[in-house]
Amino acid sequence: MATLTHDPIHAGHAAHHGPTGLMRWLTTTNHKDIGTMYMIFSFIMFLSGGVMALTIRAELFQPGLQVVEPEFFNQLTTMHGLVMVFGAIMPAFVGFANWMIPLMIGASDMAFARMNNWSFWLLPPAAILLLGSFFVPGGATAAGWTLYAPLSVQMGMGMDLAIFAIHIMGISSIMGAINIVVTVLNMRAPGMTMMKMPLFCWTWLITAYLLIAVMPVLAGAVTMILTDRHFGTSFFNAAGGGDPVMYQHIFWFFGHPEVYIMILPAFGIVSQIIPTFARKPLFGYASMVYATASIAILSFAVWAHHMFATGMPAAGQLFFMYATMLIAVPTGVKVFNWVATMWRGALTFESPMLWATGFLFVFTIGGFTGLICAIAPIDIQVQDTYYVVAHFHYVLVAGSLFALFAGAYFWLPKWTGHMPSEFLGKLHFWCSMVFFNITFFPMHFLGLAGMPRRIPDYALQFADFNAMASVGAFGFGLSQLIFLVVLVKCVRGGRKAEARAWEGAEGLEWTVPSPAPHHTFEVAPVVR
Amino acid sequence: MGRTGHIAGLSLFLAAAPTLAQEPHARYNLQAPVTTIAAQIDDMHTFMLIICLVIFIGVFGVMFWSVIRHRKSRGAVAANFHEHTGVEIAWTVIPILILLGMAWPATKTVIAMKDTSNPDITIKATGYQWKWGYDYLQGEGEGIRFLSALSTPREQIEGAAPKGDAYLLEVDNPVVVPVGKKIRVVLTANDVIHSWWVPAFGVKQDAIPGFIRDAWFLAEKEGVYRGNCAELCGRDHGFMPIEVHVVSEARYAAWVAEQKSKMAVAQAPADPG
Ligand code: HEM
Ligand SMILES: [Cu+2]
Ligand SMILES: [Cu+2]
Repeated sequence: MATLTHDPIHAGHAAHHGPTGLMRWLTTTNHKDIGTMYMIFSFIMFLSGGVMALTIRAELFQPGLQVVEPEFFNQLTTMHGLVMVFGAIMPAFVGFANWMIPLMIGASDMAFARMNNWSFWLLPPAAILLLGSFFVPGGATAAGWTLYAPLSVQMGMGMDLAIFAIHIMGISSIMGAINIVVTVLNMRAPGMTMMKMPLFCWTWLITAYLLIAVMPVLAGAVTMILTDRHFGTSFFNAAGGGDPVMYQHIFWFFGHPEVYIMILPAFGIVSQIIPTFARKPLFGYASMVYATASIAILSFAVWAHHMFATGMPAAGQLFFMYATMLIAVPTGVKVFNWVATMWRGALTFESPMLWATGFLFVFTIGGFTGLICAIAPIDIQVQDTYYVVAHFHYVLVAGSLFALFAGAYFWLPKWTGHMPSEFLGKLHFWCSMVFFNITFFPMHFLGLAGMPRRIPDYALQFADFNAMASVGAFGFGLSQLIFLVVLVKCVRGGRKAEARAWEGAEGLEWTVPSPAPHHTFEVAPVVR
Repeated sequence: MGRTGHIAGLSLFLAAAPTLAQEPHARYNLQAPVTTIAAQIDDMHTFMLIICLVIFIGVFGVMFWSVIRHRKSRGAVAANFHEHTGVEIAWTVIPILILLGMAWPATKTVIAMKDTSNPDITIKATGYQWKWGYDYLQGEGEGIRFLSALSTPREQIEGAAPKGDAYLLEVDNPVVVPVGKKIRVVLTANDVIHSWWVPAFGVKQDAIPGFIRDAWFLAEKEGVYRGNCAELCGRDHGFMPIEVHVVSEARYAAWVAEQKSKMAVAQAPADPG
């Protein structure tokens, strides 16, 4: 972090007093500093998780065991999942929330500035515990990111470190969420009514409630594993009167809302970008808000669609199948609204819009495979196969991650004061888009044809598509380095950004200069 | 509950399906089904895929039309509409109707899959780290029991020998069942959760330690059907396949006799008499 002390974003800013150097970043309560730290943290975690993914793909390039041993392979898949979900995607969105929500609603900072500092600074220790667990005896946990009991009860001490890390990250998320709820509800500028709020604030408000509701559930689940491991309880041990499937119910009661925690803010970002570059207001603003809320509410009633193969009674399977199918309706409404926003607009395709359009196109494929997975009998065939791996990468990479990139290109001018390179932004987009599909599209075929997930070696008929996926994965991984170059160049210099960096941009964040000064809206603006 | 004819001929996709099914191994699609349940799943998947493709083409047709025609560089001027109650109701209600059409066949299949009553043969499968154990509990062959583990040699996995045709999908003692008979599989596990999956049968059922679950299949075609453990169960999760031989009744009777005599021999030395 020390290298960041000369961050040109804030260099030479007169209104900025207080400690300098490392202490500035350790003690900062400024939402912009904290947002920046969240994003740097998440990018580092994204690269670490990416290295794990590429090791996995190297092993799977050919049938046979070449690169890693099965036990370490399982550690890699598990840690890849945990690092990406808790280290990369979630903190990135919190970073966006920190930077943008106060600017969007005309607040001078987040409601609880000190708590904000703490919720960020909990993350690095958690990450150290998580990544450090590779080096303890027995290595990292290898029970899958879902940590199913009793397998997770068998694991070595890496599991305990993971549990502790999850607790810390959970506390961080809950504090971040409380901060966002209070900020959005209490700190809006005069005239900024709820139904005038940018959609990004709405989706984050709803996401924050989801976080507060489900992170404690996850904490409970992993704590029960901890006590089963060390303190003689038998929550998930049938011999002691417990039930291993109970773990899955608790985990997925967290897990399904969790997937919406990772996508709703992405919906928000895309809903800011598409109207800007269509030069036309968002179609169906109110229905977007209601659709987001209904997705969030429904997400509490669908968890067992991850458990169709556990052998629920028919009534249970049918209930969870119908409820899951219902989620496709509000999701569809959102997609239709975005397309209708583009319809008869005056479109331009600068990098943010390119990423947002790419998101729309590829995320929707993930939505369709979700619907196919929702059909219980079909899911019984594809559960725990590469088909599901394809599904959730279409929604998480092409969904959450692409939206994060879209948002980064969109707001980088506001963060750094410079326009990001259009050429590199477009190159980054097209490389990512092409390699993403080369990597993940064949996984649909692999899953349908019968390749299970979480295996280090496979039957020969799967060889071609695996080789293709591995090549794609390395291409995708390398393409992300383009973004690193974009970031460095943009922080260092480039074309000066105006306050309203994009022609069609609307909203309070575009009324403050670029880069946004250290303190903004010390006097609340008045919104008509 | 026969194969639903109503979707036949709906698309090119179906025309391609028989050719794909003839391949020895599925590559692009579900494995060729040999039970009615697997056939229903296959049909349902094709049906869903077609509906999804149609919607996809519709929605993204509109989007790409916009992307190409409504560009500022082509002189497009932005309209200013931002809501339309009629359209919004339509695109909420029509998807619900489509979903009902999808839910109907799925419901019938879910109920059929759960009907494990009146089996001809009942086999208990037990998941171990990392092999399967089978006990023939009821019906012809009752009393047969054996363990079934991966038979692919280590050298093939490590690349020291060329890989065989059934690489990682072969076991020392396969499950043998007669064709055309309803087989109930009762599942449990000894250590952690495993999952017994044979794609061609449309059966995937977790084997849960301390609990009993069941599933069934009625294979309509003789042959060798292969599957894998489908729940992460530790180090060798990728190395505990399932191999089922579906044979004629006569060959099944012969196999049962052979197993019984083997078991008698195995027991003899232990028998003090
Ligand atoms: C139309 C909306 C969606 C539907 C109907 C849907 C449905 C499903 C179903 C039924 C499964 C279980 C598949 C299985 O394990 O056999 C699943 C898995 C999954 N979904 Fe979705 N999904 C949707 C959208 C999303 C979104 C937006 C995300 C995240 C951004 C997401 C992330 C995941 C993940 C991570 C898994 C796999 C979890 C695991 O087993 O590790 N899904 N989805
Ligand atoms: Cu889910
Ligand atoms: Cu397994």
